Amino acid sequence: MTQMIRAYGDRKDDGRIQLSFTLPVAPSARAKEAARLYAEKLGLRNVFVATMEQAGRDFSFFVVYGTSDIALDFSSIDVPEVTAPAWGFKEINKIISEKIGRKVVVVGACTGSDAHTVGIDAILNMKGYAGDKGLEAYPWIDAYNLGAQVDNAALLTRAKEVGADAILVSQVMTQRDLHIDNSRQLIDLANKLGMRNLMFLLGGPRIDHKLARELGFDAGFGPGTKPSQVASFIVAQLVPH
Amino acid sequence: MHPLPIDNAVVDSCRALAARVADGVQAFIDAHTTVSIERTVLRAYGIDGVDAEGTPLVNSVVDRALAAGLVGDGVALYLGRLLAKGAATPQEAAEELAWGPAWPADPFAEPGSPTREAAVAALAPHTQAALARLDASRARREADRARLGTGPHPWKYVIVATGNIYDDADQARAAAQAGADIIAVIRSTAQSLIDYVPYGATTEGFGGTWATQENFRIVRAALDDEQEKLGRYLQQVNYSSGLCMPEIAYLAALERLDMVLNDAMYGILFRDINPRRTLCDQYFSRRIITRAGIVINTGEDNYLTTADAVEKAHTVLASQFINEAFAHRAGMPDQLMGLGHAFEIDKSIEDSFLLEIAQAQLVRQIFPRHPIKWMPATKHKTGDVFWSHRVDGLFDLVGVATEQTIELLGMMTESVHTPLLQDRFVALKGADYVFTAARHLSDEIVWNPNGRVVARARQVLAEAHAQLEEVAAEGMFSAIARGVFADVKRPELGGRGLHGVIEKRPNYVNPILDALEGRS
Repeated sequence: MTQMIRAYGDRKDDGRIQLSFTLPVAPSARAKEAARLYAEKLGLRNVFVATMEQAGRDFSFFVVYGTSDIALDFSSIDVPEVTAPAWGFKEINKIISEKIGRKVVVVGACTGSDAHTVGIDAILNMKGYAGDKGLEAYPWIDAYNLGAQVDNAALLTRAKEVGADAILVSQVMTQRDLHIDNSRQLIDLANKLGMRNLMFLLGGPRIDHKLARELGFDAGFGPGTKPSQVASFIVAQLVPH
Repeated sequence: MHPLPIDNAVVDSCRALAARVADGVQAFIDAHTTVSIERTVLRAYGIDGVDAEGTPLVNSVVDRALAAGLVGDGVALYLGRLLAKGAATPQEAAEELAWGPAWPADPFAEPGSPTREAAVAALAPHTQAALARLDASRARREADRARLGTGPHPWKYVIVATGNIYDDADQARAAAQAGADIIAVIRSTAQSLIDYVPYGATTEGFGGTWATQENFRIVRAALDDEQEKLGRYLQQVNYSSGLCMPEIAYLAALERLDMVLNDAMYGILFRDINPRRTLCDQYFSRRIITRAGIVINTGEDNYLTTADAVEKAHTVLASQFINEAFAHRAGMPDQLMGLGHAFEIDKSIEDSFLLEIAQAQLVRQIFPRHPIKWMPATKHKTGDVFWSHRVDGLFDLVGVATEQTIELLGMMTESVHTPLLQDRFVALKGADYVFTAARHLSDEIVWNPNGRVVARARQVLAEAHAQLEEVAAEGMFSAIARGVFADVKRPELGGRGLHGVIEKRPNYVNPILDALEGRS
């Protein structure tokens, strides 16, 4: 059944949206008209330039409202989502102890030149994220956080040494799609080394499951992911069916 | 500003404990040099340039000294010998050291070889010239600052990070036009881990722009030009950290930078740089920074990105005391110590604002002459840029209410991307509103002696004191290895760059250090 949707501002289906941007010209009546035309060319109607601010000698900042006639059939949109049970800390440990019967080994790192460990720390470190304990805190998980700026080859070597079940890669830096190249190289290298049988998970603020799958990973986790979600996914894959 | 009623005897005791911690490391520092210190000495003598592969001449010389096992004598000794033997300039002498005949195992064995004293004497005029270059840069900066003036505190500090130095210069100008006082060019992420300073203007970087002498010049020239148009002095920041910490300090001094991020603890904890290496490097870099009159920014704010900001607030304070003690040992006056702290408490906690005020005020009054650097929320921000902008509003309010000196403005797009031009504009406009609206708020605040803020400040101070007692008892290296700071463990012999730490030999010559320490 089709389900047509539009942006909802004041009234259903009004298609009203806001956007902000900078143009490299000083504020003027002409600049304001340029902003309005620019928004129209983006496909907006009833464009209202709510503000024009001087953001530098030759820069103007605009906040613009407009309406769009575009409508989407929500029912036709298909996005692969990570399917994992919503298990909690205790449940996960119980399942590992009863159904796997040994500790699950997880190795994680920020790879390449990426120095931002916030993501990997949130998932792996004892403290966890948003009240959800990190994987280090699970008695039935051995978690190794290799930290930042870890070379892809070094990550795989370490994973082999500790007998990892799953490899977690965090990519925060996205300048010029560095995260994509680097992540793809890891999977290529794993294939070469015959290690693609391990589970590969990718996380980061600009990562989603679809992108991760395209890059050859088993799953992708975006912003707001809790450690128990990652643990549930790993454990669900490992439990014998 | 009314001070929080805390026990000043505890503060004094913290300082005494931090002094013991720093003294425990200073003996090691004084007995050792590093490859980066030696390269800095060469740079101070004016050695410049790179070979066809891009290897800096200073690296070629020091790598040879390292291979010959002679770094412990100080490369200045070998430079001075060639000058005594008739080399026309230090540059010519350095080229011979890098590319000339192999270094003798015992340079004093050959007949007619210049003595150590002759080498030092030959260096003397060049040492004077080196110091004069630093002093001239400082004088130029101070004259510009005095003539144009700087805005009221908190100074508004923003970052640019395009990767292309020419875009950085344009963005820096735009930020200044929108009201920024201080512009930091963020470095390419991997730079702290490479053991040489790249050369020339660069247009490609990762998450930032390479720190090079030419890039420093390009941004300074843009700010020099812009500040005349705005009638307000503009300050420039870069990073004296990582494996080339002292070399960058020297280049920053020469190119008139106003501030550098300079903190061995940051490199140890967050970049896995060897503790011995970077504490030695930090000492020499701070000697240069002090001579140049540059303000350092320390990195304690980062502890709260890995450790919890409520439970581990005292580690920030304890580390600030230690950083102060190390800086004092490098001759640095309080007025150059931009100790760092941050607004990183989980925003969902009730009264988190009161906890932030307590910490900010505590740090402010314990370090009254220091240009304290107040850092924004990063960890507890989301892609909801409107919510993040509100968080920054409260952050700005704490900054002005507690009279912070330097404020790195929060960006509403913190968890989305490196700031766009408009993100900086919106942040500056928001900060201007709060700072203007609450300019004299601090005069009006009197602390409830039985209230939550005072109780929190006393608790953090007491915990910092307890931690300093522990660190003083076990020593700095052991404490770092145990994960006392930021919940990160770094062993004394681990990390990057240990091979570049060399014990000084009895012959060790470093007239630049002697001059900076006031011994010549």
